[in-house]
Amino acid sequence: MGIDRRGFIRIAGLTAFGAMSNSVFDHAVASEEITEEGLVAASLKAHRWAMVIDIKKCQEQHGCTKCIDACHTVHNVPDYENPKDEIKWIWHETYEHTFHEQEHEHLPEHLRHLPVLVLCNHCDNPPCVRVCPTKATFQRNDGIVAMDMHRCIGCRYCVAACPYGSRSFNWREPKRWFEENDVDINKSFPTRTRGVVEKCNFCAERLVKGQIPACVEACEANAMFFGDLDDPDSEVREILSSRFSIRRKPNLGTLPQIYYLL
Amino acid sequence: MLEKAFYGDKKYWAWLSFLALVIFVGLLFYLRQFNEGLTITGLKRDVTWGFYIAQFTFLVGVAASAVMVVLPYYLHNYKAFGKITILGEFVAIGSVLMCMLFIFVDMGQPFRIVNVFRYPTFNSLMFWDTVALGGYLLLNIVISRVTLSSERKGIAPPGWIKPIIIISIPWAISIHTVTAFLYSGLAARSFWLTAVLAPRFLASAFASGPALLILIVYIVRKVSKFDPGKDAVQKLAVIVTYAMSMNIFLILMEIFTAFYGNIPEHMRHFQYLFVGLDGYNTLVPWMWTSVILAVVSLILLINPKTRRNETVLGFACFFVFLSIWIDKGLGMVVTGFVPNPLGKVIEYWPTFPEIMISLGVYAIGIFLITVFYKIALSVRERIA
Repeated sequence: MGIDRRGFIRIAGLTAFGAMSNSVFDHAVASEEITEEGLVAASLKAHRWAMVIDIKKCQEQHGCTKCIDACHTVHNVPDYENPKDEIKWIWHETYEHTFHEQEHEHLPEHLRHLPVLVLCNHCDNPPCVRVCPTKATFQRNDGIVAMDMHRCIGCRYCVAACPYGSRSFNWREPKRWFEENDVDINKSFPTRTRGVVEKCNFCAERLVKGQIPACVEACEANAMFFGDLDDPDSEVREILSSRFSIRRKPNLGTLPQIYYLL
Repeated sequence: MLEKAFYGDKKYWAWLSFLALVIFVGLLFYLRQFNEGLTITGLKRDVTWGFYIAQFTFLVGVAASAVMVVLPYYLHNYKAFGKITILGEFVAIGSVLMCMLFIFVDMGQPFRIVNVFRYPTFNSLMFWDTVALGGYLLLNIVISRVTLSSERKGIAPPGWIKPIIIISIPWAISIHTVTAFLYSGLAARSFWLTAVLAPRFLASAFASGPALLILIVYIVRKVSKFDPGKDAVQKLAVIVTYAMSMNIFLILMEIFTAFYGNIPEHMRHFQYLFVGLDGYNTLVPWMWTSVILAVVSLILLINPKTRRNETVLGFACFFVFLSIWIDKGLGMVVTGFVPNPLGKVIEYWPTFPEIMISLGVYAIGIFLITVFYKIALSVRERIA
């Protein structure tokens, strides 16, 4: 025999290693055919995407969830109806929890329980990106904090690092929920696999087609604004320079890019 | 040398069979987790790390504590530890392997774990922790193998092993420091965001590890003719005493800063641990048990009369181990998530499958440590 015991173990180990790493290459294929030239021409571009949310205007809609529904539908976010396994990209949180360091006992009751839209802040200095051991979550040149679902190992370090609770983990198989509840899957956006982290992506897949984020498009109250913060003539810059705005936990140095108007 | 693991009495085989059974049951539950996902654990959207990661953290400490026998023996030429360094190193090997398994069972996509090496990310502490743990495992395997086989042949260990042993000393400190950095570098979690976390981890490790080693020595004396000696045990007891005192001291420092400084974000976590918060108090009885065990053990350890009594010392060490296990293996990790960053209290408790999988991992570690000990003790008994 030309192979001893040690040699065999070495080869067997390498084979197993190779087999494991191959499984990472099963990238999803986009279902819509778009030529590269077409994409470049149509896509919305920015140096620093940001969002402004008018809390008061939003509240006047009394429990409207159009933006949430739009987002969760286009992104195939399952609704497990239990807080344990819950996945959410954008949702209503009360004022006292969204800005809980700002809360005090003499706040008007309606303000304290005021629903505030929360989502990933696409921080300029994102702690989730800093801690990720595989660069599965990364920051794009336009500021969007994105996820590579095929690289994520599901360690949930990013979840621990996020000061806003914006990240959800797939505790269960999401596709099964769509089958069991007979909910249609949006074929133009991939579903996730079990065991990876997901969150709002500022609709990167829509921007590339020249569309604004689904939540902003769905908002009929004109309470959400999206634009390039690096462009001095943009709508978001104009609003921020003319009205008082706050951000969540600015003291942590994450430089969140969701601005709230009161 | 390895063949010595295959010759043992009935008790040895019965013990290994029992452990194999626990491993098998753990494996069955892991297969269930593998098929259904981490949803079968008590983990949830707001508490994403729990029992697995807490056991990992606790065991990194046990692994690092081998340095408490290696350092006095190799750096200070403290001869009484000559016979137990190998026992400490084997506990370290078993513990590091358990650490790796606990990380593995916690992963959402366990087979993608190779991505950590395919896309090495230097700004992630998790990458460095992987490097530190892997290196420590390798160092201890090489050191224990070389020193034991020289001992068997009745010759002095080769000269090249000495620098490797010296490197293993700061390396042991590094594994628990980097593990603490995983937590203490997160501005989002005020409970962990403290410079004292790494020193505290080390102090609790240097108390719980040697306490465990003393208990192991008691067992070794019962099941074999090998005895590392009364001196070694007493010296270990002094180490446990100092380390446990430091550990309590550092915890009190944390509480002082949080409460005298009156920082709500820091206080709320301690309130959750010791008195409960917003009506939630699952961990309260555990934490007070840990406190009582710590106080009783310190009284027994600091008093020379009780410390020198080997029976009392055994109890004191058991209390130290249990107290620190509750603190690190139950409280420390989960409380980072409670209350969550939005100020909501959402509690966590491990599920039955989660505990069975954890027991399975512990059984794998104890199985390996038993086999390693069998080999070392056979070598020792033959020489003696």
